[in-house]
Amino acid sequence: MSDALLPPIGMLAELTHRCPLQCVYCSNPLELLKADRELSTDAWLALFEEAADLGVLQIHLSGGEPTLRPDLEQFVSCLARRGVYTNLITAGVGIAEGRLERLRDAGLDHLQLSIQGARAATTEKIGNHRGALEKKLDVARKVVELGLPLTINAPIHRHNIEEVPAFIDLALSLGAQRLEIANVQYAGWALLNRNVLMPDRQAVERQVAIVEEAQARLQGIMAIDFVAPDYFAVYPKPCMGGWARDAFMVAPDGKVLPCHAAATIPTLHFERFGEASLTDIWVHSPAFNAFRGDDWMLEPCRSCDRKEIDWGGCRCQAMAIAGNAAATDPACIKSPLHDRMAALIGEANAVAPSHAEDFRYRRIGRT
Amino acid sequence: MESRQRAIVSDQSRPQLKRYARLQYDPVRSAWALLSPEKVFWPDEVSLDILRLCDGRHTVLQIVSELAGQYDAAREDIAPDVEEFLQEWSDRFLVTL
Ligand code: SF4
Ligand code: SF4
Repeated sequence: MSDALLPPIGMLAELTHRCPLQCVYCSNPLELLKADRELSTDAWLALFEEAADLGVLQIHLSGGEPTLRPDLEQFVSCLARRGVYTNLITAGVGIAEGRLERLRDAGLDHLQLSIQGARAATTEKIGNHRGALEKKLDVARKVVELGLPLTINAPIHRHNIEEVPAFIDLALSLGAQRLEIANVQYAGWALLNRNVLMPDRQAVERQVAIVEEAQARLQGIMAIDFVAPDYFAVYPKPCMGGWARDAFMVAPDGKVLPCHAAATIPTLHFERFGEASLTDIWVHSPAFNAFRGDDWMLEPCRSCDRKEIDWGGCRCQAMAIAGNAAATDPACIKSPLHDRMAALIGEANAVAPSHAEDFRYRRIGRT
Repeated sequence: MESRQRAIVSDQSRPQLKRYARLQYDPVRSAWALLSPEKVFWPDEVSLDILRLCDGRHTVLQIVSELAGQYDAAREDIAPDVEEFLQEWSDRFLVTL
C-alpha cells in the first residue's frame, strides 16, 4: 500500500436487525440476527468511546430500526459529549410520543427518514406495513418542528420509479433540506428480490432527466442527491469511498465490517468488537487490509487511471456477479463481465407482470 | 414551514453557520473540521477565516473589511471570493445568509 493508513472518519452502527417493516429492497443480510445476539448497552457505549478515540467524527445510527433500542438516547448523548456528529437513520414507524424530543435534547444532530413510496399504497406494499406512510409523515413534521435537519431517503426501484416527481414535491412540502433519490443497491434482500425490483432502461432514463431538472430548479432550496443504479452505469461507484479507507460499519452483534455486504465474501474473516479492539481491527485485520489501496487490483483496474477515483468499485458486487471479490466491479464498462449486467436487467424485465409482485419480504429467521 | 426560496448573498447579509453545522478542532488529525449532516469538510486557512466571522453579527461588508485588514489586501480583490464562497455554502445549507 502506497499511502499511510489514516484514521476512519465515519461509522455506520447497525444497532439491531429488528424492524417493524419488511422492505423487499432491504440491504441487510439474509441471515438477520435476533435480539439476543445484539450488543449490550455497555458494549455499544464502550465501542462508541473507542470510535471517538480512533478519530471517527460521524456516526450513522441505523438498523433495522434503531429506535427499537431503548438505550438510543444514551448512545446519542455519549457521542454528543465526545463531539461526534450523529445521524439517525429511521423508518419512522412505531416511534413513541416524546422520543424525538428526547433524542434532540440528548444532542442528535440530524435525522434521515426513509419513505418507500410517495403514495400511501406503495409504501404499504413495499414495507408490508399498513398505514406506514401516515406515521412517517407525522415523524417528518415533528422533526422539522423540533428544528432538526431532515433528509428524506427514497429507495428507488421498478415499483416506485414513476413516483420520483411526487417524492420531490413531498420532500419539499415537508420542509426537508435534502432528498436522496437512491436507486436500490442489489445486496442482501434486494439481491434476493432483484428480478421483481429492477426497473427498465426507459424508466431509468426518464428518472435521470427528472432529477437533473429538479436539481437545477431547486438549487439552494433543497438538495437532491442521486444514487445512480449500478446495473445501468458506465463506471462503478467508489463503494464506501474505497474499501476500509475512511469508514466502516458494525453489525448488531458487534462484528466490524468494511461495508454492509462484506460478509458475503466467504474468504474473509471478520472479528467482533470485544475479541479485538476497533483500533486493532482497523489497522491489522487481514480482511480490512485485503482490498486497501491498489496492490490487490487485477487488470483492467491495475493500469486504469480511474483507480483512485472509484477504487475498482464494489468488492461485494464483484463477488456476487464475477464470483471473485478482487475482480473489477462488473458495473464498469471495462470489465469483461460488463455485458452480464445488461443480461441481468433483461432477465428481470422479462418477469411477467403477473409475477412482478412475488415479493420475498424481509423477515428474521425466514428466507 | 420555512419559506422555500434560494437565499442570495448581498453586502448586508449577516451570515451564520447553521445550527447543525459544527466547526470543531479535531485533536486526532490536528486540524479544523466542519461537521455537517452528510459530510466532514476540512476548510483551508482562508475558508476558516471566513467561517469564523459567520457569527450572525458581521455583515458581508464587514467580513470583507476585516479580511482585507488581516491579509493586507484590497477589498475589491477579496470581495468576489468571499461572496462566492458564502453563496456556495448557503446553497449547501451550511450557512444562513
Ligand atoms: S429497509 Fe425497510 S426493512 Fe430494512 S431496515 Fe429499513 S425500514 Fe427496515
Ligand atoms: S477498470 Fe477498475 S479502476 Fe478503471 S474505471 Fe473500471 S472499475 Fe474503475
